[in-house]
Amino acid sequence: MTATLESTSDASAEPDTVTMAGALNRALADALAEDERVLVFGEDVGTLGGVFRVTDGLAARFGETRVFDTPLAESGIVGTAIGMAMNGLRPVVEMQFDAFAYPAFEQITSHLAKLRNRTRGAVELPIVIRIPYGGGIGGVEHHCDSSEVYYTHTAGLRVVTPASPADAYALLRQAIDSPDPVIFLEPKRRYWEKETARLDHRSSTLDRAVVRRPGTDVTLISYGGALGTTLEAAAAAEEEGYSAEVIDLRSLAPFDLETVAASVRRTGRAVVVHEASRFCGYGAEVAAQLSETCFHYLEAPVLRVGGFDIPYPAPNLEKHHLPNVDRVLDAIERLQWDDATPLAGGGA
Amino acid sequence: MTTTERTAASFFLPSDEPLGLITADGAPVADAALEMPADDVLLRLHRAMVSGRRFDAQATALTKQGRLAVYPSARGQEAGEIGSILALRPQDWLFPTYRDSMAVVARGVDPVEVLTLLRGDWHCGYDPYRANVAPQCTPLATNTLHAVGFAHAAKTKGEDTVALVLLGDGATSEGDTHEALNFAAVWQSPVVFLVQNNGYAISVPLSKQTAAPSLAHKGVGYGMPSVLVDGNDAAAVHAVVEQAVARAAAGGGPTLIEALTYRIESHTNADDATRYRDRAEVEAWLTRDPIARLERYLTDRGLLDDVAREEIAVRAEAEAASLRERMNVDTVLDPADLFRHVYAEPTAALRRQAEDFTAELSFGAEE
Ligand SMILES: Cc1ncc(C[n+]2csc(CCOP(=O)(O)OP(=O)(O)O)c2C)c(N)n1
Repeated sequence: MTATLESTSDASAEPDTVTMAGALNRALADALAEDERVLVFGEDVGTLGGVFRVTDGLAARFGETRVFDTPLAESGIVGTAIGMAMNGLRPVVEMQFDAFAYPAFEQITSHLAKLRNRTRGAVELPIVIRIPYGGGIGGVEHHCDSSEVYYTHTAGLRVVTPASPADAYALLRQAIDSPDPVIFLEPKRRYWEKETARLDHRSSTLDRAVVRRPGTDVTLISYGGALGTTLEAAAAAEEEGYSAEVIDLRSLAPFDLETVAASVRRTGRAVVVHEASRFCGYGAEVAAQLSETCFHYLEAPVLRVGGFDIPYPAPNLEKHHLPNVDRVLDAIERLQWDDATPLAGGGA
Repeated sequence: MTTTERTAASFFLPSDEPLGLITADGAPVADAALEMPADDVLLRLHRAMVSGRRFDAQATALTKQGRLAVYPSARGQEAGEIGSILALRPQDWLFPTYRDSMAVVARGVDPVEVLTLLRGDWHCGYDPYRANVAPQCTPLATNTLHAVGFAHAAKTKGEDTVALVLLGDGATSEGDTHEALNFAAVWQSPVVFLVQNNGYAISVPLSKQTAAPSLAHKGVGYGMPSVLVDGNDAAAVHAVVEQAVARAAAGGGPTLIEALTYRIESHTNADDATRYRDRAEVEAWLTRDPIARLERYLTDRGLLDDVAREEIAVRAEAEAASLRERMNVDTVLDPADLFRHVYAEPTAALRRQAEDFTAELSFGAEE
């Protein structure tokens, strides 16, 4: 089975102002238009267009065979997607919310991730599982989980999360083209953020991190919903005399150690920022890899700023749980600056 | 997508008594509700069951010699394993479980490739696309959904393919079974669900698994024709599966079949069935043996004589000898396989791990 990378017919050549939800919608529409094998299904994705409207208008445009509502059963959605992919289709399925994907966990970890390996590559499962994830939108229980490490810990899956509309478009197109299953985590608090950009799915690659803001004193590593806070923190740090480089991981599995390590070797200091709980969180992996590969370049331990180690709190308390600018700044301060380094030497 | 029409429950109801064509004594069932398969089909069923049982015994023997890590025997379930497979058309697909090695072999997969999984060399030893057999599934009931998805894709693409999924009585309690039955019925997918009710899920008897009058009854609530069949009667299993495949292929949607049978051996070679069932129960079931029954019927009808029986036994023996011989070699595994086929292209991290590992191995070799 080959990926269809050639046509970007519907991608706009001109810059366009679009929300992340709109960019995702465009990506699905373009993929459906270009490749007959692509199917979109899940709960309420048809007539309604999804609870976040990411699939808006697709059923009307592409018909019920290509875009359809399933019975309400997550394991069923992923399990049948596996069978469909075994039979040559390329399903893109939606899990309505992060915590509602858990009923499908068995299908994802035991089969989706493993069938290629079990069959020495004979069975290819080009399936994308879209999961709106994370908090910051005042959602009630079970609507705010940051579930990324459940998936990143599972070999055989790719896990990506965009943080901007243009990236959402590019990453989703590439995820659909990927011969490997992709867990596509959509940070729901960024759904309505607008960006003026050219939507082009060849503008980036699926497994690379990007430097969102260059800097010289400290590397801030983040992704998805927390990236906005991290960028704000970098701007605030500038005022305090620290030049912070911000890296958007985009791909959590595989982890782009090369880009991250190159930055950390230059800055000598690193903070990982994510909204998931810190214990065994994604930041622990990043910190471990950096201490293994950049130890002699590090001026200080790699710090993590994450959510507390608690079940996701009720909406009226979530602002205390989610990393904020102050916590990131605090971490930057705590990096035991040598008097000479940050302001005089390092601050460019 | 077809909108499911609502139909009276009675239409979907299985019979109270299992359908059968040949009695335990080898006599044709009077007033059978099914049509007896043609003589040549019955002869093929018989031959394949003899081979299947011999294969199964050989695999059990291989565990004793330490050649297989584990083997779940299907002895006694030959009618379900073989009767169903021989009712499939070449283009149809099988979604089997760990129990169904016999069915996978009957479908045409090389027995050595089938046993690669149980030997511990690789998690699936055959290419699913060669004989249209999905990898044998160990997590219970998850294969039911794969079958429905596969069949749905076939229908969407306009292909004439039916998916047969095998599952056990215990697996009917899993959520995935219910989701699969529901999806299949709503989508009218060309799927046949064959539950081999062999009485036990490891040690747990059916009475602790379900309160339903029969497992076939479970289809009714989903809006699916449901059939209860004598699972030790290969002719009957073949007939109902063939009917269900034909209906599915004609756009009639899925069928749930419960084949009432019995697991003669323990759950696997590692299990001790004497802890949860008595000898008398096993002996009662031995009198309903699927092979003896068909043999008797064919002999009474003059279709099978001692010469033919001998020829069939010799052939099964030769197949077992070939299997034994080919399994009695120490396989040489390439440790670098560990890193293969995780992704279409290995990730940078996997490449690094593979390099370190290769270095570690060559260092070890030097010492
Ligand atoms: C999801 C899951 N839970 C538990 C097990 C462990 N297990 C393996 S076989 C088995 C019993 C299955 O019984 P049944 O479905 O009746 O099939 P049989 O083995 O009798 O053919 C159990 C509990 C499993 N394989 N998968």
